[in-house]
Amino acid sequence: MYRQSEILDRSGHDGYMVINVGPQHPATHGVLHFVITLNGETIIKLEPHIGYIHRSIEKMCESLNYRQFVYTTSRMDYLSSHINNHACCLAVEKGLELEIPPRAQIIRILMDELTRLASHQLWWGSMAMDIGALTPFFHAFREREMITDIFEDTCGTRLTMNYMVPGGVMADLHPDFQQKVKVFLKQFQEKLPEYDELVTGNIIFQNRTKGVGILSKEDAISYGVSGPTARASGVSCDVRKLYPYGVYDKLDFKEITDTGCDTWARYIVRMEEMRQSIHIIEQLIDNIPDGDFQAKTKAVLKLPKGEYYSRVETARGELGVYIVSEGGTTPYRIKFRSPGFSNLSAMETMVKGGKIGDFVAVMGSVDLVIPDIDR
Amino acid sequence: MNKEELKIKLAATFTTAAFDESGQWLNMTVPAADWLQVAQLLRNFGDFPFDYLFCLTCIDWKTKLTMVYHLSAISTRDTVVVKVDLDRNNPEIESVAQIWKTANFHEREVCELFGVNFLNHPDLRLLILPDGWEGRNPMRKDFEDPVNMIKL
Repeated sequence: MYRQSEILDRSGHDGYMVINVGPQHPATHGVLHFVITLNGETIIKLEPHIGYIHRSIEKMCESLNYRQFVYTTSRMDYLSSHINNHACCLAVEKGLELEIPPRAQIIRILMDELTRLASHQLWWGSMAMDIGALTPFFHAFREREMITDIFEDTCGTRLTMNYMVPGGVMADLHPDFQQKVKVFLKQFQEKLPEYDELVTGNIIFQNRTKGVGILSKEDAISYGVSGPTARASGVSCDVRKLYPYGVYDKLDFKEITDTGCDTWARYIVRMEEMRQSIHIIEQLIDNIPDGDFQAKTKAVLKLPKGEYYSRVETARGELGVYIVSEGGTTPYRIKFRSPGFSNLSAMETMVKGGKIGDFVAVMGSVDLVIPDIDR
Repeated sequence: MNKEELKIKLAATFTTAAFDESGQWLNMTVPAADWLQVAQLLRNFGDFPFDYLFCLTCIDWKTKLTMVYHLSAISTRDTVVVKVDLDRNNPEIESVAQIWKTANFHEREVCELFGVNFLNHPDLRLLILPDGWEGRNPMRKDFEDPVNMIKL
């Protein structure tokens, strides 16, 4: 897919060089294409070309019913599939005015936070790898493997879980769930200082990230950036705190913000978020109430005519699910406000004027997942 | 601030707007011709400027297109949903990419998927679709693609 681009035509006339990063490039973590205009080593312009894996999930959802459409969202941000499913379920439950059993509520939050940990672990490993340290990737995957094993026990799959359904969760927890989570927590807490020793305290890593990829608070708000990327620019935007869903309002955890605005700040915010997630899981793991894991629902769900918007905090930011219902069994129109799409649009501001070598570090810190951008 | 109070504050400024409080948030429908002015006023609205455009999308109602802007004020967390009805055969609306930078990408997406022409947009090229799709808008309800689309 070659796209006519103004900057491609202009190259060679003014001494600028145009390079293509992607569509297949290790640093883009997926099929993403950047056309970068360089003056020497300085980035003059950055133009993202997306759509290589666009599946038109929104159009697809218009012909799927309210139970089926949830599953397509696991394929959007595949690292936060539990949280995506949660957002869809919340929107449908809002329309049906369903009451969720307490057990299902707690299971959902536990799964969400485990997902966040798994996602941040992968981000940590791959960001370090982008910058040139290969070892952290294996450390991160050692712990991430434990989480995917836990998911596999309960949900049957390791990546696209499809575990949450309107009304609760699909199946009860695996008998080993609590014990396995505790083993994981113990190991992860032991290893987290090792993560810091390996990467956070590394002077080369700090030099590569500090003061690089500045995104000011005003720009972050204007670009609609959300998640750790925005919080590192001092914008308070944690959906779990501001618009609590599930039982988040009863839990003790902190919203991590930083005013560094640079790649280093984004790194620190995510590392701290991992600790907060551990704290949330610790509060819940021994307090899973007995009872039903799913509310009783009709076989065919029909949402009353109207508009429903639900939002959740995924590992990358705010995911919004906007359903327009005409009263039928399928949504009339559905829109997924994905965090990656807005975060990507702020990329140019972050890297403009910087060096091409820093581009990869900034990419890593924004933590883009391409299917989430393309949908 | 609840919906009622917000409505009173907004109604004082936007006299041409129609309000609807039945939904989750306050809905405000404005004529397409007024949209740019309304957007500028909302962005600089007194104590609580609506500076966070968190969702921009379009709905095809088969008889008309409706642009939907979800706006929120970072300072007070007030949210308002602005809707603008467009003529389906010749949908045109002023771009707000200069006011909220996030609109740049979102409008490009809406432009190619729904065929809405955003006036004064800085860069209205295709974003998601490959070249050669100009004029075919896959998210419209009457879009047909017998080769790639499977009817369920």
